[in-house]
Amino acid sequence: MKSKKILNQIPEIGEGQIKLLEKLSNAVSVSGEESEVRAIVIEEIKDFADDVKVDALGNVLVTRKSKVKDPIRVMVAAHMDEVGFMLVDDEGEGLFRFEIIGGIDNRQLVGKPVLVGKEKLPGVIGAKPIHLTTADERKNPIPLDNLRIDVGPGNSKKCKVGDRATFATRFEIWGPSLVGKALDDRLGVATLIELIKHMPENIELLAAFTVQEENGLRGARVAAYSMNPDIAFVLDSTPANDLPVWDDEENSRYNVKLNHGPAIYRLDASTLSDPRLINLLAETGDQYGIPYQFRQPGKGGTDAGAIHKQRGGIPSVSISVPGRYAHTAILIARREDWKNTLALMYATLCNVTKELFLTER
Amino acid sequence: MKSLIKKLVETVGPSGYESKIREVIRGEVEGFADEIQVDAMGNLIIKKGEKKEGGLRVMLSAHIDEIGVMVTHVDKNGFARFTTIGGVRPHTCYGSRVRFMNGSAGVIGGERLENANHVHTIESMYIDLGASNPEDCPVKVGDVAAFDRPFEDLGNRVISKAMDDRVCAAILIETLKLVKNSPHELFFVFSTQEEVGLRGATTAAYAIDPSLGIAVDVTMSGDTPRGIKMDVSLGKGPAIKVKDGGMLADPRLVDAMVQCAKKQKIPYQLEVLLGGTTDAKAMQISRAGMPAGCVSVPTRYVHTPSEMVDINDVNNAVKLLSALISEPIKLV
Amino acid sequence: MTDLKETLKKLISLPGLSGYEAPAREVIEAAWLPMVDEVSVSPLGSLHALRRGSGPEPRPSILLAAHMDAIGLMVTGIQDGLLRFTEVGGVDPRILPGLRVTVHGRKDLPAVVVQPADYLLEPSQRGKSVAMDYLFIDTGLEESEVDELVKVGDLVSFAQEPLELSGKTIVGHSLDNRISVAAITYCLQELQHMKHKWDVWAVATVQEEETLGGGFTSPFELNPTIAVAIDVTFGKGPGANDWRTVSLSKGPTLGWGPNAHPYVHKKFLEVAEDLEIPFQKEYIPRHSGTDAYAMQVVAGGYPTMVIGIPLRYMHTPVEMIAMKDMERAGRLLAETIVRLEVDFMDKITWDEVKDEE
Repeated sequence: MKSKKILNQIPEIGEGQIKLLEKLSNAVSVSGEESEVRAIVIEEIKDFADDVKVDALGNVLVTRKSKVKDPIRVMVAAHMDEVGFMLVDDEGEGLFRFEIIGGIDNRQLVGKPVLVGKEKLPGVIGAKPIHLTTADERKNPIPLDNLRIDVGPGNSKKCKVGDRATFATRFEIWGPSLVGKALDDRLGVATLIELIKHMPENIELLAAFTVQEENGLRGARVAAYSMNPDIAFVLDSTPANDLPVWDDEENSRYNVKLNHGPAIYRLDASTLSDPRLINLLAETGDQYGIPYQFRQPGKGGTDAGAIHKQRGGIPSVSISVPGRYAHTAILIARREDWKNTLALMYATLCNVTKELFLTER
Repeated sequence: MKSLIKKLVETVGPSGYESKIREVIRGEVEGFADEIQVDAMGNLIIKKGEKKEGGLRVMLSAHIDEIGVMVTHVDKNGFARFTTIGGVRPHTCYGSRVRFMNGSAGVIGGERLENANHVHTIESMYIDLGASNPEDCPVKVGDVAAFDRPFEDLGNRVISKAMDDRVCAAILIETLKLVKNSPHELFFVFSTQEEVGLRGATTAAYAIDPSLGIAVDVTMSGDTPRGIKMDVSLGKGPAIKVKDGGMLADPRLVDAMVQCAKKQKIPYQLEVLLGGTTDAKAMQISRAGMPAGCVSVPTRYVHTPSEMVDINDVNNAVKLLSALISEPIKLV
Repeated sequence: MTDLKETLKKLISLPGLSGYEAPAREVIEAAWLPMVDEVSVSPLGSLHALRRGSGPEPRPSILLAAHMDAIGLMVTGIQDGLLRFTEVGGVDPRILPGLRVTVHGRKDLPAVVVQPADYLLEPSQRGKSVAMDYLFIDTGLEESEVDELVKVGDLVSFAQEPLELSGKTIVGHSLDNRISVAAITYCLQELQHMKHKWDVWAVATVQEEETLGGGFTSPFELNPTIAVAIDVTFGKGPGANDWRTVSLSKGPTLGWGPNAHPYVHKKFLEVAEDLEIPFQKEYIPRHSGTDAYAMQVVAGGYPTMVIGIPLRYMHTPVEMIAMKDMERAGRLLAETIVRLEVDFMDKITWDEVKDEE
């Protein structure tokens, strides 16, 4: 495929894409109960897919066949689930004990409005009035044990133990920024939907909208086994810790930075990305002038952690949209970074060939 | 054997970046293999022999990756911050030298400590390559390095970085060369990314689909002053693993190994290791499962840049393995 | 209906630590053999027993998994005739001092776990709960005899004899998880007089306490349609009273959370409600700590469910269960199996399932 042609075909982030992202961000799908996002995804892609399957864990597995013979079979994954809560004990008076699903810092919970259950009933996580606290007490985070989700005395709307809940944040645009909850990984989901709609002709696309990533990369594991691809890309969102350091020293632990483009992973706690794929992404970015950055090697994990170890091994790499304040009530990402992530993924898929994998890792 | 070990341990190859060490090993085994393959994870897989009467498909695995570090940031003064690859203990870092895949060398320094008797955290250390700014610095974010210590021969004992698990790779190489007329279909796997979670062995076991898995790896020892309480010592023979932090070896295989050692009059020890695990764990629960175990080399100072083994244990491990796989293995 | 009490008491008196389950497996195989069509043993030693259904081929199958391995201890060294040891599976060291055990050496030896006097301990251990590293097992034998009869790697099991306490409860060690094996036995007994379309795999898995090894490997080999783990769950007791615990004698638990397929959960729930079998709910926000956690993600994934039998004092030698809970679990399994329609899998979905009480 010629360079110019690809540049012209790179999908855009327009009004339609933003509206879809808004719908996805506002949807409630905590790990283990991804129904709402699953329904949106199926609705969006069903006219573009050659095959759609929902497997035993609830993953949506989409196949879009290639126009060429014997194409390289590429899996692209994005997870549908978000971090959230499960109500575990009804204490009466509308108060419920809850447990955290996925990793959320305790200190992010206090004073937040939440939505409970499939009907998205409103609730709040309150805190003891400051008047009744001591200075000493205020030094320590309020332990999870002392926090409750409150749906109002009487519980007239009938929330129940076992219901999932999440932050009540509604999606907004603030200038260049996309602001909402669960942009980890609704940004990935939205990007994958666009890739299905604008698939390059040289590959067979195996798109996996996975479940339970936040609960241990569980959906991706079985999705990769079923789809048995040649290679895999994982679309996620990664924390941008590019805030100032307390003593004004150089910030050497920013992970990734906003406005610097999609972040390519080399090493995280779950995966050592295949260098052949890292190089492909970087070379493609250079070729088309799409900005990109390297995510700082360190902790964290993505669906690639489960995918690359399946069957006889699947060369994999993750690429993320940077976002500040992941796993909190509000995630802030830049529209430009999202646009460049989609562009880089599309162009890379156009460039990927089986020959690349004839050289040894 | 010592020169083979030296060649292997002195190669730089942290998890995920094993191409150099793989080449060295390939050079050693090429003449002895029926089939050679490198898979998607970079595992080097050597097939030898066909399954005959009373034979099994056996996978033997020694990992070729070592623990190391990866650059996370080069600051404005040319100092390189890093993260660890595999189980690197912070107290082995300060003052250590590292050698990058591209040949550059550096030393690990650290920020000022409130109490000089404390150990630096990884985040408060950095690699000094002698540069004064990022442009001068010979490495960038993502470059990897191993700890740098030369091989030292003390006679019965030898010391180096990466004895874990290159000394066992040497054992597998020698076993491959020795074994003749085995009834088994043998797969010698020089596996990758063990130190970060047995990743290479996981995929190799799936692809090979053996009915028996044997790992060859280092284990610790209890023979140093006020050391851990472990009934394994250097010089008392290879250790037959009964249990470690990740799995229980199949008792039938443990028994077969013990019987073999007794028959061949090879000294051996029984090993229960409280922390750590090996490729055997990955093999044991692959697909429908298989009996799995491990022949271990007792090692002092594991995961430091100066690991020590007894050369007689190493040679006896070769004897034990070759004897074991040259005969039918009865699992009763 | 054979009373399973005596079989159960026998089963929990047998050794069968993780990795070494053969003695328990033999007894379970003998119990299941007359009620199934085929029996085999997996490469890791799990017991696979097939009871064929009457539906047309190809028949869907339901796998019932209960782990037969038990926790215990293992000898790590011998010092002056005393044994040093480590745990097999999760053992709270605080239950150990003064505990009667059996050392499975060249022959079975009665022994006791002992705690040295404080002044013989490392300073940080004095007056505190002593770590396993510093405890010993004393067989009462002289050093030379110990050296002959015991070696590194030998297993040690708890020696508590089964007791019958009030409320038709049984107390002993290894009720985690042999009580669930008994529940499957009860289920198979019920199925003798019932017709079921689906095939039933009764599986006693190995190594759950160490690696979930049986949970990972049996579904790979058997490729069932649905997999159900039956395991013990936390019964309310002193110091254990919060939302993670349930009552003894109020029925088995139905698991709810990411590790349990909601449609399968709903099926069990409907059967229990229709037949008025007492049950409780177990809320599992993240992972169940049972074979279901492994089974769900084997190969292409399986719909899984977790059925729990309430048990007090888990992972101590005096675990307590109510026989009634085991019988109800067995009955619920059988009654649900016979109500599995041939086209159940055409209807199964994660969506539109409300957790209704």
